[in-house]
Amino acid sequence: MLEIRGLAKTYGSGDTVVQALRDITFSIGEGELVCVVGPSGCGKTTLLKCIAGLLRPSRGEVVLHGSPVTSPPEEMAVVFQEYNRSLMPWSTVRNNVLLPLRHKSLAKAERTRLVEEALAAVGLTRFIDHYPWQLSGGMQQRVAIARALAYQPLILLMDEPFASVDAQTRGDLEDLVLRVHEEFGITILFVTHDIDESVYLSHRIVVLTHAPTVVKEIVGVDLPTPRDQLETKELPEFAHLRAYVYRLIKRDRSAPSGVDAPSTLVGEGLLD
Amino acid sequence: MTTAQEAKAESLRTAPRVTMSPRIVNALVVAGSVAFALLLWELVSRSGLVREQDLPTMTATVGELGSLARTGAFWSAFLHTVRGWALGLGIAILLAVPIGVGLGLSDFAGRAFRVPVEFLRPIPSAALIPLLFLTLGTTLESEVFLAAFGAFWPILVQTMYGVRDVDPVTIDTARSFGVPRRDRLWRITLPGAVPYIATGIRIASAVALILAFTAELFMGTPGLGMMLNYAQSYGLTTQLYALAIATGVLGICTHIAFTAIERRALRWHPSQRLGAA
Amino acid sequence: MSRRRAEALKLATEIAVPIAIVLVWEAWARSADSQFWPPPSTIAQEFRDLWLFAQFRSDVIPSLMRILFGFAIGSAIGVAVGLPLGLSLWARKFAMPHVEYWRAMPPPALLPISVILLHSIGNLQKITFIAFFCTFPVLLNTIDGVRALDPTLVDTARAYGVPVRERIRRIVLPAAFPQISAGMRTSLSLAVIVMVVAEYFSSTSGVGYVLLISKNTFQLVPMWAAIVLIGVIGYLLNLAYMMVEHRLLAWHRGWRAATPL
Repeated sequence: MLEIRGLAKTYGSGDTVVQALRDITFSIGEGELVCVVGPSGCGKTTLLKCIAGLLRPSRGEVVLHGSPVTSPPEEMAVVFQEYNRSLMPWSTVRNNVLLPLRHKSLAKAERTRLVEEALAAVGLTRFIDHYPWQLSGGMQQRVAIARALAYQPLILLMDEPFASVDAQTRGDLEDLVLRVHEEFGITILFVTHDIDESVYLSHRIVVLTHAPTVVKEIVGVDLPTPRDQLETKELPEFAHLRAYVYRLIKRDRSAPSGVDAPSTLVGEGLLD
Repeated sequence: MTTAQEAKAESLRTAPRVTMSPRIVNALVVAGSVAFALLLWELVSRSGLVREQDLPTMTATVGELGSLARTGAFWSAFLHTVRGWALGLGIAILLAVPIGVGLGLSDFAGRAFRVPVEFLRPIPSAALIPLLFLTLGTTLESEVFLAAFGAFWPILVQTMYGVRDVDPVTIDTARSFGVPRRDRLWRITLPGAVPYIATGIRIASAVALILAFTAELFMGTPGLGMMLNYAQSYGLTTQLYALAIATGVLGICTHIAFTAIERRALRWHPSQRLGAA
Repeated sequence: MSRRRAEALKLATEIAVPIAIVLVWEAWARSADSQFWPPPSTIAQEFRDLWLFAQFRSDVIPSLMRILFGFAIGSAIGVAVGLPLGLSLWARKFAMPHVEYWRAMPPPALLPISVILLHSIGNLQKITFIAFFCTFPVLLNTIDGVRALDPTLVDTARAYGVPVRERIRRIVLPAAFPQISAGMRTSLSLAVIVMVVAEYFSSTSGVGYVLLISKNTFQLVPMWAAIVLIGVIGYLLNLAYMMVEHRLLAWHRGWRAATPL
């Protein structure tokens, strides 16, 4: 359904040029949940923005259902990492979720139904008339997910959505993503730096190299569904996969590169 | 080719060529914008949309400004205004900074005088003009007093903010190292307040200029304001426009000067530093 | 000294100092018996007679109307012009020299020109004059507010295909509103000052006009009463604005408090 072919993105010009993405090629089938992982600074966010139509790639193309993506497609929704910057603090949760629906030609009753159902799916019905900043970080991210759900996209892009959330809440949110994926049948592209998370959630993992980034390997995840935070993570297969992906990334991180930012520096994620 | 070389080659192929430095481009845009406005003025004034006696042409006005600039009377008036402004601003700084520091440092004093300050602050200084006219008369003292009175308040308020805004963690650290009070004041609190004071002075500079000019206009103390009043009384419309432009130039020059000073004062302030925080 | 005692002492001083100042002024003015410095009690009396009854309708209302209309029109223009300038870099580059020039212009310098161009010394001229100068603080703040718009919010709007007009109405303007409001507060104080100056220069009614007349007829007590009234008007308008702003920006306070920088 979604094909990325030879995607490349270069920033700057002349002497200050930085090639974030060199050649990214992979595809996502209908209904899949695919994770993208890579070393820090490998341009994961740049990649996601190109796929979302928010950035124009320097080379290559993104094809959704046969048509090339040049601007944000209607069938696509995005959930960003910084939830408190993607939600409008002057609006209630209800109006935040309503925002993308306003310009769609829908009856008012239909819009209200979609909003209420989406919030019910993420378990926030009680807070529908609260303001986002009155909620915890995890809850705010759930609002962002509800907003994406109400929009009824065919494909959902998520850019390290749980990176700014505490570890325990992260587990709940991961399960929410799995539940939503199962209930609504949306295709999901999930970018993360958390290897455990990528193995836990996905059917396939796209492992990226450090910048200039290419696809290192696409790892199939053959774990049984439904996934469970305790049971699945106790399986030996989980540990193997996790270690495998870890080694792929670690070996890559130690490779020399002029533009790589080691993860211990504050400048991490500069290219993301 | 290495990947870096590849990338560079590609970017040179695809990126647009920018040949001029940004500063030159900006200067050209400013010049072009001003030229455009002047041209527009000329067209409007010649078109008959507005009567020529109400809106003299741009060329006539610039010409008038040119001939004014050749008279001693104009420059004398100009310098009178600058003098009134400078003295007013200077006195305001000399009074407001120490008082502001005192009121800012001492919670007791700050609170004692809070109500009088809040009451006097919103009084538009221009309203005092008739009072000054009747008491001090049409003298330099009147003009300077007015300018100083108006300029005093923004500097006072900003100084108080600046002194109070010092980071308590920094002060506590200094205290724990046994730094004496006087040094804490001179090395931590006051330097920290400088950006705020600079902002206050920038605001006060504009206020002082407006008041000096207004005093001249309404009271007749020598200066550009008085010249404007004279031109108005004798129906010298072109001169009115020329003087307005000259006053605007004085206004924007002082504005640019103090904004630049403020920017320098703000440069090292922690809030402006990007970096480890 | 214990904290409670220190606090009580400060509060007492806060109340006592203004009272003391007024009392000293009263005593000094009575003893000096100068016509230029009437005692506060006389001023208060005149204030009540003059403003609260006799000339409220003939002078206070016109002045207030001019302030409010000038402020409202100036603010509206400031936002309307500030919005496109904030969004477009090149529009900004082109317009900023003019904005900076007019914003730094001392208002009285344009008084004679405003009378000549508008052929009037009535409300039209006053309100236009006030509105002109009220535009700039709002305009500059609108530009700042629009430019500070969070890129994540913009990306979100784009990703969901929110059309530009909706973006401006539901995202850009609300996001910039705290900044715009600060500009409007400045504009309001500016409107009071500009009104006084404009009326003093050429008017047939208004508080500024009363100020002028009392000077011409050497009537010091009404003059002081007018000065006090102008201060009171400025203070009350500012207070009223802050109260409205407080309610409209409740979300902003809540959000700032909850969000770590």
